Amino acid sequence: MLEAIILTVITAATPLLLAAIGELVVERSGVLNLGVEGMMAMGAVSGFAASLTFGTPFAGIVAGALAGMAVSLVFAFVTQTLVANQVASGLALTLFGLGLAGLLGEGFVGTPGLKLPALFIPGLTDLPVVGRILFGQDILVYVSFALVLGVSWFLFRTRAGLVLRAVGDNHGSAHALGYSVVRVRYLAVLFGGACAGLGGAYLSLAYTPLWVETMTAGRGWIALALVVFSSWLPSRLVVGAYLFGAVTILQLHAQPLGLGVPAQFMSMLPYLATVIVLVLISGNRRTTRFNTPACLGTPFVPDR
Amino acid sequence: MKKMLLLAGTALAVALGASAASAQDKFKACWVYVGPIGDFGYSYQHDQGRLQVEKELGDKVETAYLENVAEGPDAERAIERFAREGCQLIFTTSFGFMDPTIKVAKKFPDVKFEHATGFKKADNVAIYNARFYEGRYILGQIAAKESKAGLAGYIVSFPIPEVVMGINAFMLGAQSVNPDFKVKIVWVNTWFDPGKEADAAKALFDQGADIIVQHTDSTAPLQIAEERGLKGFGQSSDMVKFAPKAQMTSIVDDWGPYYVKRVQAALDGTWTATDVWEGIKDGAVVMAEYANMADDTKKLAEETEAKIADGSFHPFTGPIVDQEGKERYPAGAVVPDGDLLGMNWYVKGVDDKLPQ
Repeated sequence: MLEAIILTVITAATPLLLAAIGELVVERSGVLNLGVEGMMAMGAVSGFAASLTFGTPFAGIVAGALAGMAVSLVFAFVTQTLVANQVASGLALTLFGLGLAGLLGEGFVGTPGLKLPALFIPGLTDLPVVGRILFGQDILVYVSFALVLGVSWFLFRTRAGLVLRAVGDNHGSAHALGYSVVRVRYLAVLFGGACAGLGGAYLSLAYTPLWVETMTAGRGWIALALVVFSSWLPSRLVVGAYLFGAVTILQLHAQPLGLGVPAQFMSMLPYLATVIVLVLISGNRRTTRFNTPACLGTPFVPDR
Repeated sequence: MKKMLLLAGTALAVALGASAASAQDKFKACWVYVGPIGDFGYSYQHDQGRLQVEKELGDKVETAYLENVAEGPDAERAIERFAREGCQLIFTTSFGFMDPTIKVAKKFPDVKFEHATGFKKADNVAIYNARFYEGRYILGQIAAKESKAGLAGYIVSFPIPEVVMGINAFMLGAQSVNPDFKVKIVWVNTWFDPGKEADAAKALFDQGADIIVQHTDSTAPLQIAEERGLKGFGQSSDMVKFAPKAQMTSIVDDWGPYYVKRVQAALDGTWTATDVWEGIKDGAVVMAEYANMADDTKKLAEETEAKIADGSFHPFTGPIVDQEGKERYPAGAVVPDGDLLGMNWYVKGVDDKLPQ
């Protein structure tokens, strides 16, 4: 039973983690991209379409990431080159992405998709209890953890990561030191787009192999909230995504046990848990302020 | 820049004028959907009905639709927009559109409205619904026959009478075969979220159910059944493509004939604010092909369907006992339609507390 629950939690948490880790990098560079939901939708539809066209879900993974990048490029151009308001542009990106995805996916509605195969290593995957959890996942689950480790390492152990954080904390100084603020932010936004695209592709390739409009069902917004929840630290992001996934799944398991708790309250739990943990974390003001990118959402116009 | 804006404005005005002019020639019928037409479920089926109207009456009728309209204040705006734009007959297709429809209808007494699955009427508001519970009774019989565990998992959206009625019909059907049949219920509080529906299906299967029933709109629960080698039922449309080995049948909504009939009536000037509740007999509820089940189960399902169609059997026939053991309807009594449409209690044997 526990194994079954954990397996379901992993599927519920992975799309959130994928999308959120990208957004974390974007926000660390000082850009607030509220278009995660739209980019996920684009990733989902492109991944689905490519997997059917090329006959393999792996093509879908690549296409999902590319599609996410493509729409995020529009956002980068509008907010970095044209210096438009990031909040408005991000909201527009969500609406645009959802709409475009619906249009592109029209022909794929009602078509069953290809499911991403799960890893199988004889000897390891067969292990009782932990076998399937550790060695029986599909590739995107491992990718999500690799991304978290990679981003952690990049942000805090490399020079390029330091530059990215500098751009996010004080773009004026970074610019004065000779770093191209706009270029760094372009790259960060593109990375964020690719990750959101992967998160979307996970929905249409692994979670539920089908395409329908609005299948992202607000997960992009949850990913955005998780970034704040993590106080911009990749390791906490894992905690947040899995906590959210776990409470979501546990309430589904608790309902049929007949505990007599109202179903509406159960559905509320994941959000309630997120808020409570958020309050607990933000109790420590210093760490929170220390980690918040100081230039988050502020447009950068170099003075010539 | 200003000049361009002006030009664009003029072009828009010309385009609007043109569309208004052409709209006057034809009767205009409009639809408001709660989900995307690409949900391959509830809203998709309504749109298939609209397309049938276009196909059969296309030379006299122009149609329009709005999808993804949230239940609540948004719905009122959407419906009012249609009324202002010259729609002469407006179909609002979700339970939550009921009050907005009534409100807008008061403001536009010359426009005709039709609201699906609700219970409030007005001089220019007709109501229509389909007797999905007839299909759900049959699902119950099939589930009880085919389940080895004697336990079905049931994924539900919101505690409205339509849904509660469905659960009760399913249980009555199941108990007619196996009086000890059990059902586990999960409320997901959404009509449409494939991921959440899939999670709910997994949770129910993990708790020992071997058949999944849903009153939500996506194909995801059936796909989980297919993956696990277990069984389930489709919803709103025939979902057999998604689960060729798992779908036993599906309750298919066929709104086309009704829509054609009503638009035709409006054209002829014979439209009145009717209250229609059609079922298997009228072709509004269609059972998808019975598959993936034993022959005697299939025979039982077909017999029940035939009896419901010819009117010799009503799924809600007494004795019906509620959860507390109180007899609500004595033996032989048929539950009146009004009671069905306001149903807010479970029949005996449902192991769940109804969210109030």
